[in-house]
Amino acid sequence: MIMENTKSNRKPYWFFSRYPIDGLVEFFKRKAVPIHRHTIWYYLGGTTLFLFAIQAVTGILLLLYYRPTEEAAFASVQFIMTKVRFGWLIRSVHSWSANLMVLSCFIHMFSTFLLKAYRSPREFSWITGSLLLFITLAFGFSGYLLPWNEISYFGTRVATESIASIPVIGHYLLVFFRGGEDVSGATLTRFFGFHVAVLPLLLTMLLIVHLLMVQVQGMSVPPSVESQPGPRPKTSPFFPNFILKDALGWLITLGLLAMLAALYPWELGVKADPFAPAPAGIKPEWYFLFLFQTLKYIPATIFSLSGEMIAVMTFSVVGILWALVPFIDRRANRGLKSPVFTIIGIGAIAYIVIMTIVACMASKQ
Amino acid sequence: MMKLNRIWVFVVLSVSIFGSSVYGEDSCVQCHKTLDGALSSPVNELANDIHAQRGLSCASCHGGDPVAGLNGDAQAAMNTKKGYLGVPATKDIPKFCARCHSDETYMRKYRPNIATDQLAQYQTSQHGKLLGKGDKKVATCVSCHRAHGIRSAKDPLSAVYPTNIPKTCGRCHSDSKYMEEYKIPVDQFNKYRQSVHGIALLEKGSRSAPACNNCHGNHGAFPPEVSSISQVCGVCHLHNLELFSKSPHSRAFKQMGLPECESCHGNHEIKKTDDAMLGTESKSNCVGCHDQDSPGYKVAAAMKKIILQLRTTIEQANTLLAQAERAGVEIGDTKFVINDAYNDLVKSRSIVHSFSTAEVEKTTSQGLKLAEQALKEGKEALKEVQARRRWLVMVMVIVFAAATLLYLKIREIEKKGQA
Repeated sequence: MIMENTKSNRKPYWFFSRYPIDGLVEFFKRKAVPIHRHTIWYYLGGTTLFLFAIQAVTGILLLLYYRPTEEAAFASVQFIMTKVRFGWLIRSVHSWSANLMVLSCFIHMFSTFLLKAYRSPREFSWITGSLLLFITLAFGFSGYLLPWNEISYFGTRVATESIASIPVIGHYLLVFFRGGEDVSGATLTRFFGFHVAVLPLLLTMLLIVHLLMVQVQGMSVPPSVESQPGPRPKTSPFFPNFILKDALGWLITLGLLAMLAALYPWELGVKADPFAPAPAGIKPEWYFLFLFQTLKYIPATIFSLSGEMIAVMTFSVVGILWALVPFIDRRANRGLKSPVFTIIGIGAIAYIVIMTIVACMASKQ
Repeated sequence: MMKLNRIWVFVVLSVSIFGSSVYGEDSCVQCHKTLDGALSSPVNELANDIHAQRGLSCASCHGGDPVAGLNGDAQAAMNTKKGYLGVPATKDIPKFCARCHSDETYMRKYRPNIATDQLAQYQTSQHGKLLGKGDKKVATCVSCHRAHGIRSAKDPLSAVYPTNIPKTCGRCHSDSKYMEEYKIPVDQFNKYRQSVHGIALLEKGSRSAPACNNCHGNHGAFPPEVSSISQVCGVCHLHNLELFSKSPHSRAFKQMGLPECESCHGNHEIKKTDDAMLGTESKSNCVGCHDQDSPGYKVAAAMKKIILQLRTTIEQANTLLAQAERAGVEIGDTKFVINDAYNDLVKSRSIVHSFSTAEVEKTTSQGLKLAEQALKEGKEALKEVQARRRWLVMVMVIVFAAATLLYLKIREIEKKGQA
């Protein structure tokens, strides 16, 4: 039944007469993005979101053929790569997009950190963002095992071993994640469940909150721009200017993904044999390498406590503090320059980059 | 008092008898460990000796009365009237050991399935025959097994453990001065070390490879005679023996007195086989006997042709598949096909021993079908690579065009906005 008392005279009438969302439309019409020398960094959140959309679509397509059992997982991925039409493309895009998404997420996180976007009133955008980063890493970790090849099996085994070093609950956590004492078919099924059900649900819920907060609060302007004398920075309409530029970025990303998938297709590898010894130089995916390399430098015991336990606890504490940085950086909250946290941010980036390079070079030797 | 003395004698005797039957408290050991050089070395080696581990003592082999020697009276212990045999002469060593080792009733106590025909075998061997003629230089039991510190043949440190046997035989057989009077080659060990068997056993530790005793025998060591070489090789290479014995070469070689397998493969320096051994080129084994235009020459050429054809097709397929794999196309299934083709190639090389082109062709034609299938799949994989590259170019053109249009639109909108 047509609502005759609507105020809307927008086209298409049949829609707006039924759904009075004029207010929302006006909001998006007025939505503007600040233009300044750091505007380029605003695109990274959207790029990460675009890559997640690619993951969702290619993931659903892979789900049509993938079988999450120890016996069939590898064969099903092999089937996708060799027999399914464009299966090789979907799988390679999914793998490359996963890596690009993690990279984009890290850059987005560090750019918002260095631009102090976490300061009041955007504290919870930062916290939801940190959780989104952890979930993205969990996606990468759980997805890595699913092809059930040699590298992914042994990589998962090595990576999950560190969990046991957490005091008190370490062993229970290890058994929970592995579905048993060792990495097995139970681990595969479990990781599959996390990867296609639990993590997408969590990510979607957090993403909605994260995006909602960005819409309601608008884009943060860095203190260095805000404190400049003179008029306030110019703005550009979100629709159509910013969204078209976003789309341009997404198009370039899509082109890059197509090139990577076609020229450097993702390897199938060799089927995992749990009874074989681990291949020499086994290491986790690149985004965990800096943690892996740090563990290698920690001595076996520190003041008669397990070095590994101290390292894992330190990583956890650093992660928690990182998520809580809006409540720690008081100066930024007051709109003042906060060089200490800028240095911490640059230091963290340098540490991660250097340790990752060192780990890559060490394994090549 | 007399009763007390008797009790004491009884106690002392019991302790001595009991003590003398426990290893380490033997009066032979007690005395000989205080001596120097060769007289004390048997005691030092007792810990590793299988006889001592099974509860036997010095007297078990050498006789005598160790109990009598408990009070330090060596002469009483080494009393010939008490059965003391001393160190046996070289010519007597086999019979010395055979007193127990040829006695099945006795040996059954220690290991029911142990062989007890060593002496009988030894007496048929070249070593045994020469020993019987008074030659003291030949190997006797102790030359290989040692006199004391005799380890089980299953012990990797034993001189007769399979990986150690070539070196043990080589101690004499590679010594040109020692072997001068026998006028036989002394290069067997060196040749064997470079052979496919030697590399397998000595470098790779593969226990399936033969050592000297597998072909020549253990105790009845004698080179295999000309007519039985194929039977000896056939112990492991059974399929080749069956093919060879039904082939025309079997009768021909027998008539000509040729040493069967050795004629083409050598004896000690058996190298890894090569397709160059077959065919009509100057380096092949076939042209050594078969003249041009002879039936054998034609068979050699025909067999070589079909095997080479299969090998070449497999190599071509492998090259294409490797290219495709490097370019990112998955070729897992085709790898199974090429593997089967390769297995047929290996089989056909073995079937060469039938010296029948028709027999070889049965397997090569099967392998060729598979190799051609793999070649076809390899070509398709490369076509797929090209197709992907073409599609990529098209997609990139579309993406570039769309990006350019988008960029122009954005510029237009920005200009309008500024205006």
